[in-house]
Amino acid sequence: MHKRLIVLLTLAALLLAACGGAGPSGEGFTFGMILVGPQNDHGWSQAHYEGGQYVVENLPGAEMIVFDLLNPADKPEATLEGVVDEMVAQGATLIFTTSDEFEEDTTTVAAKYPDVVFVNVSGDDVLTGEAPANLSNVMGRMEEMKAIAGCAAALTTQTGQLGYVGPLINHETLRLTASAYLGARHCYETYRGESGDDLQFTVSWIGFWFNIPGVTSDPTEVTTNFLDTGVDVVLSGIDTTEAINVAGQRAAAGATVWAVPYDYLGACDNAPAICLGVPFFNWGPDYLAIAEAVVEGEWSQSWLWNGPNWDDLSDLDSTSVGWLNGPGLSEEAAANLADYISKLASGEVAVWTGPINLQNGTPYIAAGAVGSDEEIWYLPQLLEGMQGPSQ
Amino acid sequence: MSQPKPRLERIWPLLPGLAALLVTTLLLLAMGTSPIDAYSAMWQGAFGTSARVYSVLAFLVPLLLAASGLLLTFKAGLWNIGIEGQIIMGAVAASWVALRVQLPAGLQIPLELLAAMAGGALWAALAGILKTRGGVHEIFGGLALNNLAILFTNYLIAGPWQPPEGGSFRGTQPFGAHALLPLFENSRLSLLSLALAVVAFAGVALVLTNSHWGLRLKALGQNARSAFLLGVSSNREMLLAMAVCGALAGLGGGVRVLSWFDSLRQSISGGIGYLALMVVLLAGFRLVLTPLVAFFFSAVLNGSITLQLRTQLHSALGDILTGVLVLLVLLFGNYERVRRAFRRRRSQADG
Repeated sequence: MHKRLIVLLTLAALLLAACGGAGPSGEGFTFGMILVGPQNDHGWSQAHYEGGQYVVENLPGAEMIVFDLLNPADKPEATLEGVVDEMVAQGATLIFTTSDEFEEDTTTVAAKYPDVVFVNVSGDDVLTGEAPANLSNVMGRMEEMKAIAGCAAALTTQTGQLGYVGPLINHETLRLTASAYLGARHCYETYRGESGDDLQFTVSWIGFWFNIPGVTSDPTEVTTNFLDTGVDVVLSGIDTTEAINVAGQRAAAGATVWAVPYDYLGACDNAPAICLGVPFFNWGPDYLAIAEAVVEGEWSQSWLWNGPNWDDLSDLDSTSVGWLNGPGLSEEAAANLADYISKLASGEVAVWTGPINLQNGTPYIAAGAVGSDEEIWYLPQLLEGMQGPSQ
Repeated sequence: MSQPKPRLERIWPLLPGLAALLVTTLLLLAMGTSPIDAYSAMWQGAFGTSARVYSVLAFLVPLLLAASGLLLTFKAGLWNIGIEGQIIMGAVAASWVALRVQLPAGLQIPLELLAAMAGGALWAALAGILKTRGGVHEIFGGLALNNLAILFTNYLIAGPWQPPEGGSFRGTQPFGAHALLPLFENSRLSLLSLALAVVAFAGVALVLTNSHWGLRLKALGQNARSAFLLGVSSNREMLLAMAVCGALAGLGGGVRVLSWFDSLRQSISGGIGYLALMVVLLAGFRLVLTPLVAFFFSAVLNGSITLQLRTQLHSALGDILTGVLVLLVLLFGNYERVRRAFRRRRSQADG
């Protein structure tokens, strides 16, 4: 019950609807789930799909309509508006558009259907005031989980070189990549007694959320290139699992390498032995709260940036984001990582503690200060000490 | 040809279509879905509401433009696989005008469309020059140029044409309303573009059936060497055929950015050029069939959106249906060839 209370607090207004007794019935309730990638990608899109399934399981009678691979390379004939038209025709009263790619089109189509609730994942139209009244934004507060991922990598590396396979460059990917770096640097100094300046952290952006042959650089090649040039831990920031797949093949061929996948709870399964752990999104509880609010007619617009349940980062009924240790993490590293996590949980350590300089040397967060939500959300560049392009 | 065709030969062209339908139906049954429900969902998705019909027509426009252009290049014996890049470069050129040039109403859109045609024509001419001057086969040159066009779009979106709030790599900022094609009844369909596509197809049909240039292209396509000996300048005709095809494809790309979307996006074509190649192959290079097949493709692909939403089957079903169809037609569509192969087998077996 304690955990449940924590979520209730973080979800505040939305969950007021949910705590009134046995929970509503979803009979006759239909919602749409629009995915940018395949629903079984072991990554970003699958995490949303399973969040939708969590709603179906916990809101008896609710029905989900899924449309995956909505992107112009896979489906040049499909538009977000066309898909939404059909979902509304099938009775959907709540539609999740689960990509940054859908942000503008969601705003347009939300104005067309004022009686349908839209939730755009990872967008900021509510913050900027561009969103019509029936549109919310939701995002998991992944920054600390990425810092934990970076820490696990720094605790494990033998060459002192980490490689980050990034998607495309925007505020979200910059702040997540930077968070991984801050966690890595902190742990490299604190637990291994090394100088943070000796830690090499290189970012390579493939150009999109997942591989599109001929359009993006190939994440398999990017990872291979990392491992060929001295990197022994690859971290993934893309929607799919190429980084851990390649590292797994290398390890099977005798190389000493590890990987940290991303997005999806089950991503370590692709190569368990070399998986240090996975920072994952757990959309289920947030989606359920939103769906319940819609069913009860108590939904109101919000911009949600929900964090983890620090008491249990892998409790799927409560945490919005989480971290799961992988079988590849050594016992010693696991102990240090647990210490880092407990300090983050207690607030003793904050990921975004200054001095933090931008990549071009501009001071961003003063020594001793902690970055505000806005400063973190709108990070304009990578950080000093990181290698790789900022734009 | 004056003899009446045997009955089998007359109905032969329908057989691959029926076979493709059968394969898809079996696939649906194997997935545990009622084929009737599935096909009805597809029909609804393509023609169920006026909005769906407009969407089918809107997607048809660039497809028909590209397919019309390919009729010319195929006639000249060229495999213009670079058509995908020509669509993209048309989109890029139209976007450049839309983003950077401010003209009085009445001039803005014509200039954008002209730029689109010029962009596509230029890219096609490049593939043509690579062939005539460099001896690079148009398939390889075309594929390379397709990739270059994609990379160029990505560079523009992530670099100089990035939206002011920072790039998400999704596309440029939306063009101003004055720069966009007027849309029909809140759809993505621009009637002007549909009219242009029809005119383009009619023009190509006229050239191929009723013009001296059409005859020269035919001579070139059937035997480049004797055409040359007969005084057809093969290089010039090839380049011209490529450029005209590229102009039509580029116009299709312009329509993509100016009506289907409202900005230059990554994967702006998304394979429409390759689809157009399939359309022309399936139509067996026949004039009358080409727009019908293009319409059929657009309907199937649009219908498969609804199919996926209603049945929650794998979304590639529409692609599978069209792909199987083209494959079967290429393998078995030519009655004469199938009959010859059959006879050869039998005589081998007898001997």
